[in-house]
Amino acid sequence: MKHTHYDAIIIGAGMSGLAAGIRLAHFGKKVCILERHNAPGGLNSFYSFAGRKYDVGLHAMTNYVAPGVKGTPLGKLLRQLRIEREEFALCPQKQSRIAFRDCGLRFTNDFAVLDAEVAAKFPAQADGWRRLVGVVRTYDDVSLDAQPVSAREVVGRHITDPLLTDMIFCPVMYYGSAQEQDMEFGQFVIMFKALFLEGFARPLDGVRVIIRVLLEKYRSAGGERRMQCGVARIIEEQGRAARVVLDDGVELTAEHVISSIGVAETLALCRSGFTPDMSGLNPDLQNIGQLSFIETITVFNRQPAEWGWGDDTIVFFNDSDRFDYVRARGQVDVRSGVICLPNNFAYGDRTLSEGLFRVTCLANYDQWAHLPEEEYQADKQRWFTAATRSARRFLPPVDDAVLASAQLATDMFTPRTIKKFTGHFNGAIYGAPRKIRNGRTHLSNLYLCGTDQGFLGIVGAMLSGISMANYHVLQGKG
Amino acid sequence: MTKDDCKKLVIDIISDIAPDEDLSAIKPEIRLRDQLQLDSMDFLDIVMELRKRHGIEVPETDYGQLASLESCAEYLTPKFPQKS
Repeated sequence: MKHTHYDAIIIGAGMSGLAAGIRLAHFGKKVCILERHNAPGGLNSFYSFAGRKYDVGLHAMTNYVAPGVKGTPLGKLLRQLRIEREEFALCPQKQSRIAFRDCGLRFTNDFAVLDAEVAAKFPAQADGWRRLVGVVRTYDDVSLDAQPVSAREVVGRHITDPLLTDMIFCPVMYYGSAQEQDMEFGQFVIMFKALFLEGFARPLDGVRVIIRVLLEKYRSAGGERRMQCGVARIIEEQGRAARVVLDDGVELTAEHVISSIGVAETLALCRSGFTPDMSGLNPDLQNIGQLSFIETITVFNRQPAEWGWGDDTIVFFNDSDRFDYVRARGQVDVRSGVICLPNNFAYGDRTLSEGLFRVTCLANYDQWAHLPEEEYQADKQRWFTAATRSARRFLPPVDDAVLASAQLATDMFTPRTIKKFTGHFNGAIYGAPRKIRNGRTHLSNLYLCGTDQGFLGIVGAMLSGISMANYHVLQGKG
Repeated sequence: MTKDDCKKLVIDIISDIAPDEDLSAIKPEIRLRDQLQLDSMDFLDIVMELRKRHGIEVPETDYGQLASLESCAEYLTPKFPQKS
């Protein structure tokens, strides 16, 4: 039988798996990354369709800080992976907004803008707001053994206006919360810093730039990568992951196995024939996310700025009395969502050749999962229209006919697409509601990294891979 | 290997780990942490690069010996094979 032994096997070639792989390969470990799909990037990937290149997942890279700002996650990540800042070619956002029915807050990569907006629109909350910001700034959000605390509870000690509370939670939840209505405070802090104290940026050519840098680092450090190579099972022996069985039946062995595919998804590999409805058998297996999304993308033959859509990079919108971050009751919940206009980053004298308009809304996996193909396509069409209409209420008005005549192409992902490409149960983008910060599992040499370890955003995902590789393998604390 | 050679090797490592730091005016007696923005992840990397490049092991109990460039040289120089 074909049989190969590695120092470490990493399951998944997403941001976290690639970052873990670079660390280990750089320090001379024999590493193999196994990826079920033919494209790397995981949740944040890219594809070509009808001759056009699309990004999926990533709206913007969060955690952006200007060159020279040190001690933040972006700087740590670049150092740990030996990447020069210029390689990511990041261009900062113009501005973003939190747009609720009767109130708006503008923010940019300069925190003073949001700070002034809050003080001007919620004068009675200004002191509490500043106290909250102080707590966030000093909180140790990367501790691997912090006790979980409710973010609603901590924020509620400082901010009493429900509208301001909802406006703060809306972007923070949309960009990373796996939990309905609340978040663990450490997760809130990570996202608050990533979005508001740091900021948004994007390479002109999108997420593929970042993935290519990671792939090249990994390759040149001597790492091995097998694509279209899924893991079917992990075989346990004496409390260890003894063997990794691939989809084609080949078995590999390794001193360490790092899985980026999610906590329940990883445990399921250890139990043959496991499906999510069997989760009653084991509490760890009930730690499965419920929140999924749809995203629409529209390609136009002109720049959005021509319609007065040239200022906003990201808009987080909501029109209900209270912001409801829950699994959609219907197929999609278009009451709130996120608009991304990738044209509106400061690319200098370069521009994207076409106009792009993306809208993300909460969706319900169960109501998409088992539709017959014809119905699935019809529902996609219907919700595409509903989501884009809902979102456009928060942008300067443009005639339907004007947009239709400029439209070149559209595409859309649903919870079903997410399940297909990430393997996450329920198409849960942000994974399990309860994160496993130290990455430990029931097996002594099997660890988690990525979404379910709980450092959020793509910079967070890469830091997760780095931290777990350092902690469990390079420092040997596993 | 002289202490000055050793300092240079340590600076080479730091410049690869933290290319965004200005290393031209490091004062050897002052703690690296006090003149450069280096965190615990960076110090761990100095240790690991010493092992990777020069085969030198620094046990966790000795990490304190790497506080300044001077103390690095004091501690690390004898660990390099001496030319006769």
